[in-house]
Amino acid sequence: MSENDGQRFDRLPATAADREVDGRATREAVVDWWENRFGIPAETFDDHTFWEKGAGKIWIFAGDAPSPIAIEGLGMTFLRTRQEHWKPTTDAVQRFGRLATKNVFELTDEQAERFVDGQDQEIPYDGDWGYVIAAHEIAGDREPIGVGLYVYGELKSTVPKGRQRSV
Amino acid sequence: MEPFQRYRDVVDDFEAFIDACERSLSMAVRVNTLKATPEQVERAFDEAGIGYERADWHPHVVRVETDTPGVTWPSIHGWVHGQEEVSAIPASVLAPEPGDRVLDACAAPGSKATQLAAEMQDEGTLVANDNNLGRLSALRFNCERLGVTNVAVTNRDARNFSLKPFAAEDEHEGPQFDRVLVDAPCSCEGTIRKNPDALDGWSEDHVAGIAGVQKGILRRAIQVTRDGGHVVYSTCTFAPEENEAVLDHVLQKEDCRLVDYDLALEHDDGLTGWRDTEFDPQVAKAKRVYPHQNDTGGFFTAKLEVSA
Ligand SMILES: C[S@@+](CC[C@H](N)C(=O)[O-])C[C@H]1O[C@@H](n2cnc3c(N)ncnc32)[C@H](O)[C@@H]1O
Repeated sequence: MSENDGQRFDRLPATAADREVDGRATREAVVDWWENRFGIPAETFDDHTFWEKGAGKIWIFAGDAPSPIAIEGLGMTFLRTRQEHWKPTTDAVQRFGRLATKNVFELTDEQAERFVDGQDQEIPYDGDWGYVIAAHEIAGDREPIGVGLYVYGELKSTVPKGRQRSV
Repeated sequence: MEPFQRYRDVVDDFEAFIDACERSLSMAVRVNTLKATPEQVERAFDEAGIGYERADWHPHVVRVETDTPGVTWPSIHGWVHGQEEVSAIPASVLAPEPGDRVLDACAAPGSKATQLAAEMQDEGTLVANDNNLGRLSALRFNCERLGVTNVAVTNRDARNFSLKPFAAEDEHEGPQFDRVLVDAPCSCEGTIRKNPDALDGWSEDHVAGIAGVQKGILRRAIQVTRDGGHVVYSTCTFAPEENEAVLDHVLQKEDCRLVDYDLALEHDDGLTGWRDTEFDPQVAKAKRVYPHQNDTGGFFTAKLEVSA
């Protein structure tokens, strides 16, 4: 097994049997994770490839590219792996979270405003602890805002500083 | 406005031009069709009590009645991107299609790159390049916020942009592009309504210096485009040295021609001469948008086809 090289993008192996770099997530595990955690069907990602650059940082790219590739960016940051609880990015949840069927918190207008402002709030919920999708209703539909961490009856906002807003 | 005196003889109704340059510009956003439709955006603005008006020349450009479009829900969701109205011209002239291979040679901070990705419906590959690493992080931020996944970001001097990183294992170079946008660094005269200090430091030497860079970037863009492919060259400046003279130079040096295109904004044709210099008559196919014509910023756009 070789080590992860943080200066370039490497395409994820399809399955564990194809793995050449220690600890690297597989495409199968990434797609399964979204399906298990949020009910987002695996086929959603059929036209995308997944890449690692920087230990544990997984990127999603439409189409394909030669692997490895040493450039500045490839698609969108998607998921943080190589830690006990994998964590989706705000941008990934905004882009793909409409398809989620579970672990979605539907917030009221006031709760949504607090959430996007980076505030934590106590909200009763009987689902799983862990990373959840915070959403609200806008223009007649449910729209994902970002990633929350639900623990001890509290919804913690993980909206990055640069994306927090006081609406 | 002193530097603009040079345009007294080329701009129709010069007084109206100067008047417009002195007025501030209203805010506009572009609907990001990767995430929302214009109807959804309008409904969301209605819910937020924000007034708006759709531009009549472009289905995705909306003038909004707020000074801070960035703190509205449509922006937080990446449904809209704050973008000056004329800045939406070049990507719609390049008009890439889903599946195309497209290069944005001077892409940061990504207003036009994200528009290109939306026109491509996030299918095919968009290479977004800029030589300024700090500005590239703004580009990445904007691409991610708008939900773009088909972008590959590179940090090169566009004058010697390399196809090598995209080479398949048994090949030396990556594939050429179907379409390239060169939204060149420029003296930014046309942004005067947004940045009242845009003309600070203006000099003919400065203009001549940038023109040299622009020529190098446009030539390389043509070299990395496939035969029959298209290149759009744009600037937000009026200086003919940075516009028609750059086209004239590249028409002489590279195998390409200028082509016609439609633009539903009032505009002037490219200038076929400036001071003592005559340009290749093809440069008349380029279009100049002046601030007083449509109450916008100033802009220059030309479309080229690479010859077989
Ligand atoms: C007019 S701005 C581009 C705006 C961008 N297209 C957008 O819509 O957001 C010009 C860009 O060219 C970049 N630039 C300047 N010289 C360059 C060069 N030699 N190679 C590549 N990029 C260059 C600057 O860093 C700047 O970001």
